[in-house]
Amino acid sequence: MKPSKRLFAWAVLMSSAAGILGAGAAFANDQLEKMSQDPKQWVIPGGDYNSQRHTKLTQITTENAHKLHPVWTFSTGVLRGHEGGPLVVGDMMYVHTPFPNKVFALDLNNEGRIVWAYEPKQDPNVIPVMCCDTVNRGVAYGEGMIFLHQADTTLVALDAKTGKVAWSVKDDDPAKGATGTSAPLVVKDKVLVGVSGGEFGVQGHMTAYNIKDGSVAWRAYSEGPDDQLLFDPDKTMAMGKPVGKDSSLKTWEGDQWKIGGGATWGWISYDPKLNLVYYGSGNPSTWNPSQRPGDNKWSMTVFARDADTGMAKWVYQMTPHDEWDYDGINEMILADTKVHGKETKALVHFDRNGFAYVLDRTNGALLEANKFDPAVNWATKVDLSTGRPEVVAQYSTDHNGADHNTKGVCPAALGSKDEQPASFSPQTGLFYVPTNHVCMDYEPYKVTYTAGQPYVGATLSMFPPKGESHLGNFIAYDVNEGKIVWSDHETFSVWSGALTTATGVAFYGTLDGDLKAVDAKTGKLLYKFKTPSGIIGNVNAFEHNGKEYIAVLSGVGGWAGIGMAAGLTGDTDGLGAVGAYKSLSSYTQLGGVLTVFSVE
Amino acid sequence: MRRDRPTGHPQAEHRMVGKLSGLLATTALAAALTLAAASLAAPGIARADDAPADAKPPADAKPYVVQNGRVDHHVFNGYRRYGDNCLRCHGPDGAGSSYAPALVDSLKHMTKEQFEDTVINGRQDVNTANQNVMPAFGLNPDVVENLDEIYGYLKARSDGVLGRGRPKKIGDDDDN
Repeated sequence: MKPSKRLFAWAVLMSSAAGILGAGAAFANDQLEKMSQDPKQWVIPGGDYNSQRHTKLTQITTENAHKLHPVWTFSTGVLRGHEGGPLVVGDMMYVHTPFPNKVFALDLNNEGRIVWAYEPKQDPNVIPVMCCDTVNRGVAYGEGMIFLHQADTTLVALDAKTGKVAWSVKDDDPAKGATGTSAPLVVKDKVLVGVSGGEFGVQGHMTAYNIKDGSVAWRAYSEGPDDQLLFDPDKTMAMGKPVGKDSSLKTWEGDQWKIGGGATWGWISYDPKLNLVYYGSGNPSTWNPSQRPGDNKWSMTVFARDADTGMAKWVYQMTPHDEWDYDGINEMILADTKVHGKETKALVHFDRNGFAYVLDRTNGALLEANKFDPAVNWATKVDLSTGRPEVVAQYSTDHNGADHNTKGVCPAALGSKDEQPASFSPQTGLFYVPTNHVCMDYEPYKVTYTAGQPYVGATLSMFPPKGESHLGNFIAYDVNEGKIVWSDHETFSVWSGALTTATGVAFYGTLDGDLKAVDAKTGKLLYKFKTPSGIIGNVNAFEHNGKEYIAVLSGVGGWAGIGMAAGLTGDTDGLGAVGAYKSLSSYTQLGGVLTVFSVE
Repeated sequence: MRRDRPTGHPQAEHRMVGKLSGLLATTALAAALTLAAASLAAPGIARADDAPADAKPPADAKPYVVQNGRVDHHVFNGYRRYGDNCLRCHGPDGAGSSYAPALVDSLKHMTKEQFEDTVINGRQDVNTANQNVMPAFGLNPDVVENLDEIYGYLKARSDGVLGRGRPKKIGDDDDN
């Protein structure tokens, strides 16, 4: 297989418009793909190109998980919310931090000694332009370089051995509200990066930079004219039909698309055989739906794009004309698995809006969209023939209008699940999903756009679903049957990326700071350890010198740190003073620490 | 676009410009403020609230009207504008977040002038331990034109006369 794949990569390169790429580039793809299949390393933020977050390592099992214990720790020296997780490449581990976006290269052969540290100089004025804390979701690796997406949208390439800057480019302008929080993804000879700023009216885009020198290979916007979208009106498909001319422009009033949001701050996946990259776009700006009539395409959309050219093969908009801030940026998990009994090249996406979407990733056909939290009430279902949700008028903030407080909408704006990535276990065939179990009142109102200033236009309050007191669940979900298999209650939202092992263990972290190992079949707790701070990072696995390790960053913050630090307000419907409303700050405090576990 | 509001409230704008001029005299303000004043004087700025500019209360009066936990439309508007521009950092109901102070506490010792100065010009506390930056809102009409009301809302919260959550309005029977 390998030689033919390499040949294929060569063919693509030779025919690419750029035509200036060297032989090393062709090997880079193969090399990274091969490395990602070595379970000893963790070279891609999502574990592999499929974003499955699954390890084939077998030392830690359901039988011995109770013997897990921390074996070493590392303080990042940074206080704010620590999302993402460390990479392990060979004998080195790469740990990142929120602003100021430090990167540490740790020598695993030398007790985690710091080989190099990188700290960019950034204008602190970028800090308040970041929507929800100064998070960063990690670095990417490729062709001997570490790629860091800084808060100020600078994408910098660092020599993985020395930390020396190879090149650096600015992706967008923080003065207009564009910031960098997402982890890049290396695909072939390119590094892809999205942008944040949906609360500041950016025009979201995904950009591929040539690894060689940081030059732009392609840029694809989420809204705008077809040439900016990289859409072919006749070939780009949506729900089985060509999108047609001006598919985005027709769904916005005037030139509102220019400040239309659709930020691309989530995760990116890649299918090397189809040569397609997958990612989602975020909320249309503003949060006041009355101010932007139309479907607001292609916000809230799953994109499948050619990795070489950026041209969109297919798109699917999950939440047309968003009225609740249900960003569509959550990870796209690529899994070859059974859907309704049929083996499928699936793309599985647990959306903020509370529906688990299953699409045929080859063509974008919508196969299934079921609720993965029974509390979800804003829509009764998704019509699989049109792809549109059947919105319940009572919970439609657009129907109820601006200056009206729409009450009891589930999920809340932070979604049934936010960016915290789920895991797929080929062993059980199930998806393991960290979820939020939170509802909201949402009141939109008119706002004025000012460049670089918040462009939100709604206020909201959040609380658990009626009659309940827990704010999160860790669930196992079956896409074959379209249902929840088991669900573990958590006091707070589960805001940590999950990990599954080939030995039937599932890992996640909690906002109050526990690293937990549960039985993937039953959800039964096998082990927990209270780390120094709340966990919003992702659990990763690696092996070094014959020993399997589990690594996770703790360091509470992020959007979870906004709503939860102060505690949530109770609805007036007699929810009572239950433990869940106690402020998170009575459980945990700030501070970034990496904790590494093993069973020996 | 239903329930859109009229633009241009000359009286209210005059009030804000007057306040900004006062600040200019007492503090060394950045160019941003001058720009803010200039932009406020410009015609056609979309108005954020439809509240009439009431007569000024006496100097020793509270900056809010709260009766039995219910609020007037000024405080209510302050609540909403807080939600629009401040909540993402300072948390729901001014209660703070993991990275920005609880304003219900800050306003126990901060004067109104300090509050206005901070909102309009921003503030930075960046050192090895902290990376706290409050942005300058002086160019944001949704904030500047509603600053009195945002302050009134937060002061009512800080004084303990207003609880958490969406305030109920005086005279409203239903809870909308």
